[in-house]
Amino acid sequence: MLHIPVLRWGKPYESLEINEVKHFSTGEPIARVSQANDGIIRRDMRQAHKAREILREFSCGDLIEMMKQAADLYESATLPLGDGTQSPDDFVHQQSASTGLPEHMCRANMGKNSFVLRNMDRILDCLTRGLDLDILTQGWGMESRGVVVSYQAQAPVLAAVLPSNSPGVHTLWLPVIPLQLGLVLKPGPQEPWTPYRMVSAFIEAGVPREVFGLYPGEAAAGAAVLAACDRSMIFGGTPTVERYEGNPRVQAHGPGFSKIILGDDMVDQWEDYIDVIAESIHINSGRGCINCSGVWASRHTKEIAQALAEKLGPIEALPPDDPEAGLAAFTVPGMGKAVWGMIEQDLKEDGVEDLTSAFGERLVEQENCSYLRPMVVHCETPEKEIAKKEFMFPFATVVECPQYQMLKKIGPTLVCSGITNDEQLIHGLSDATNIDRCNIGPIPTTKLNWLQPHEGNIIDFLYRSRAYQVSEERMPVTS
Amino acid sequence: MDWDSAGCQAVWRWLWSSCVSSAYFALIPGPPNLPVARRHLPMNASDTTTSDLSSLISSAREALDAHAYETVQWHFHDSTGCPFWLEKKAELNFDPLTEVKGYEDIKKFPLFEDEWLRGGPVRRWIPKALEDKPTYVFETGGTTGIPKSRVVMDDFRIDYEVFSETLPEEYFPKGANWLMLGPSGPRRLRLAVEHLCQVRGGICFAIDLDPRWVVKLIKKGWMEHLEAYKQHCIDQAITVLTAGHDVKCIFATPKLLDSLALALEERGTSIQEAGITGIFSGGTEFTPQWTRYCVEELFGGPPEESGVYMTPTYGNTLMGLACSKPVTAAEDYKISYYAPQPRAVTEVVDFDDPNSVVGYGETGRVKLTTLTKEFFVPGFLERDEGEREEPFETYPWDGVSGVRPFHGVASQTTVGVY
Repeated sequence: MLHIPVLRWGKPYESLEINEVKHFSTGEPIARVSQANDGIIRRDMRQAHKAREILREFSCGDLIEMMKQAADLYESATLPLGDGTQSPDDFVHQQSASTGLPEHMCRANMGKNSFVLRNMDRILDCLTRGLDLDILTQGWGMESRGVVVSYQAQAPVLAAVLPSNSPGVHTLWLPVIPLQLGLVLKPGPQEPWTPYRMVSAFIEAGVPREVFGLYPGEAAAGAAVLAACDRSMIFGGTPTVERYEGNPRVQAHGPGFSKIILGDDMVDQWEDYIDVIAESIHINSGRGCINCSGVWASRHTKEIAQALAEKLGPIEALPPDDPEAGLAAFTVPGMGKAVWGMIEQDLKEDGVEDLTSAFGERLVEQENCSYLRPMVVHCETPEKEIAKKEFMFPFATVVECPQYQMLKKIGPTLVCSGITNDEQLIHGLSDATNIDRCNIGPIPTTKLNWLQPHEGNIIDFLYRSRAYQVSEERMPVTS
Repeated sequence: MDWDSAGCQAVWRWLWSSCVSSAYFALIPGPPNLPVARRHLPMNASDTTTSDLSSLISSAREALDAHAYETVQWHFHDSTGCPFWLEKKAELNFDPLTEVKGYEDIKKFPLFEDEWLRGGPVRRWIPKALEDKPTYVFETGGTTGIPKSRVVMDDFRIDYEVFSETLPEEYFPKGANWLMLGPSGPRRLRLAVEHLCQVRGGICFAIDLDPRWVVKLIKKGWMEHLEAYKQHCIDQAITVLTAGHDVKCIFATPKLLDSLALALEERGTSIQEAGITGIFSGGTEFTPQWTRYCVEELFGGPPEESGVYMTPTYGNTLMGLACSKPVTAAEDYKISYYAPQPRAVTEVVDFDDPNSVVGYGETGRVKLTTLTKEFFVPGFLERDEGEREEPFETYPWDGVSGVRPFHGVASQTTVGVY
């Protein structure tokens, strides 16, 4: 069986502790993954500075070119993986088998990652607002307008504690290598596939293997990564986000509570936007933080909920290799049932109605996994408990709320699409600090422009703009 | 000494020698004050034939049966027993004094519930025969709510004297000073390690460490405070180690040992260069992988190369201390623990039937039985699981390997510094 080792600054390490990654449905083992103990991580991180030193020997431009090459390799090549190799088809089968995500969605995520790698030059140009990337290498330089600027790296590596259930998040750490910082990844127990394949593609494309640390392991490994690295990303639920709130060393990514707001000026034409709303709710099996979990309007909410229920309610749980499969499985035993139990409790509240119940049972339990079929729930007021919820399947509430109260009552919102031409509402949406990504117009919440920052600009997270003064004779000559 | 206490002393001595001499010391010459005289047993498999091992196993079993009988007599006799067990006797559907004839009969008792140890009066646990002896109370848990308490007179000393006999002199030299890099406060471990050091002729240095605060920090998610507190502990240790106290041996929890090694390396030195040769550690985090990491990366190689020897142990306030078979790279750093029979017994039992021992190599829950004059625990299900191990010459009774948190409670357990 395939063995995937720990990667300690590029060197494979076979641990005495092994985790078997299993097929979510059959329970058959797919791979044996070496587990890193926390001491190993803390010890290795003392050498993290070397990763940046190695990468600074390359220009950012060279590294960007390697990313483009890596995009092709990641998408098309058979690459080394542990003591074996992995073709793109192997990757799709393996990722689907362990995460429960339908194969066509795994393939789509592959395309998304490749796209980001292939367009790294444009992405970095936008995220840095056109900064000459040599300034990141040198720490300072002069802009074309004749001003000295300095950007100081805040850590030699970026660490990421990755999830098992959402392969889409990996785009967030892809810009790190061309920014000349090493990568330290703690893969999710069920999803070692993307981090390992991506690193394999990077190495094949010419990035020195010594700048990568891959540390599969239990919770202690994640804690060690976060404790030992000065800049980390972590993915988790609300408690995780709350735990790291205000911690400048950690960027926590949690539930998105993304929403679509219909302004009073457009809500009477709600039927025109049903497809955009439905796509925002169910694409990628509703697993992403960018999936819409709340539709807010001042009127027609019952009709909107009914129309969405008719579109989404009939979606069935299909096998993962079915090209029509629209739902991912809950692979953790008992999780689907537990989530359903929470929802059932919330549905007991007055003024809350499940409009998808007419389309059959929502909870589908199978031998080793379970599914939840899409749900659309109508809420008469924003105060209903379920209006604040988000789940890992296509789920949305349609909430009736006067327009003037909406921005105060929607709460934290990662992506908000405001379907309106009302300038006052647009102004409010633009100013609302509880909204991260703001879309004006009928744009699906799931449609990301990669040239825009996501949940904080990674450049600001990894580099600090600070004062830097040099004497006249050290000033570069400008033409 | 008044008559009663003198009488009790006599009874105690009689019971003790009766139990031990019944089988064990008839077989193995050695001082009678240490009930487990394994130091005189052969250490290598090649030294012992199969029939020798069978004979050792049956002798050990006879000793255990005799010891179990005498221990039950002691705890359930009105003249010697403690109020708790004398009261409990009335609830039993059998008479322990007449119906417990050997170890197997201990199964007639209901499982011990450690909840019984919460709250007072703790004197209900003191055997009448020992009521005039100076008494310690040691606590376990207690981050929130009332901790579990165990009263002790001499058990911790006896347990650690027995353990002391297993330590290799080369790495734990007599007269060496020790550092106790573990929990302080109302903990048995704190005094036990100090006693271990003292019986070996050394002086024990210690740090201040409140494990309840550590668990609170973890539960609150205050990870930076946790790191700071750990650093505070390590700073204390480094201060001792660099102050000319000639410390050669340490007790350390796995996490603190790791942090100490890294802190020493940051100062340009190492465990080895700091002069530490013997390390005593323990806990369910003490896994084969962790041991390998320590040997290969913190100590600079196996003991014969690095001069640093680490011995894993498994124990708690209820039991005492189980020792490990020597841990080697050749066996993938496998750790197998053996309880200090007959004072304590560990069994690996079926998850659904605590009176049924699993087969050798099979997985089950760790069940503990403590049989000392001070404390009687008739079958307590630990919060750990593992695999049942075969007896061997040094420990001719069952052992347990692969000890880890019991899967049924693992997610609720907060591992702090232990």
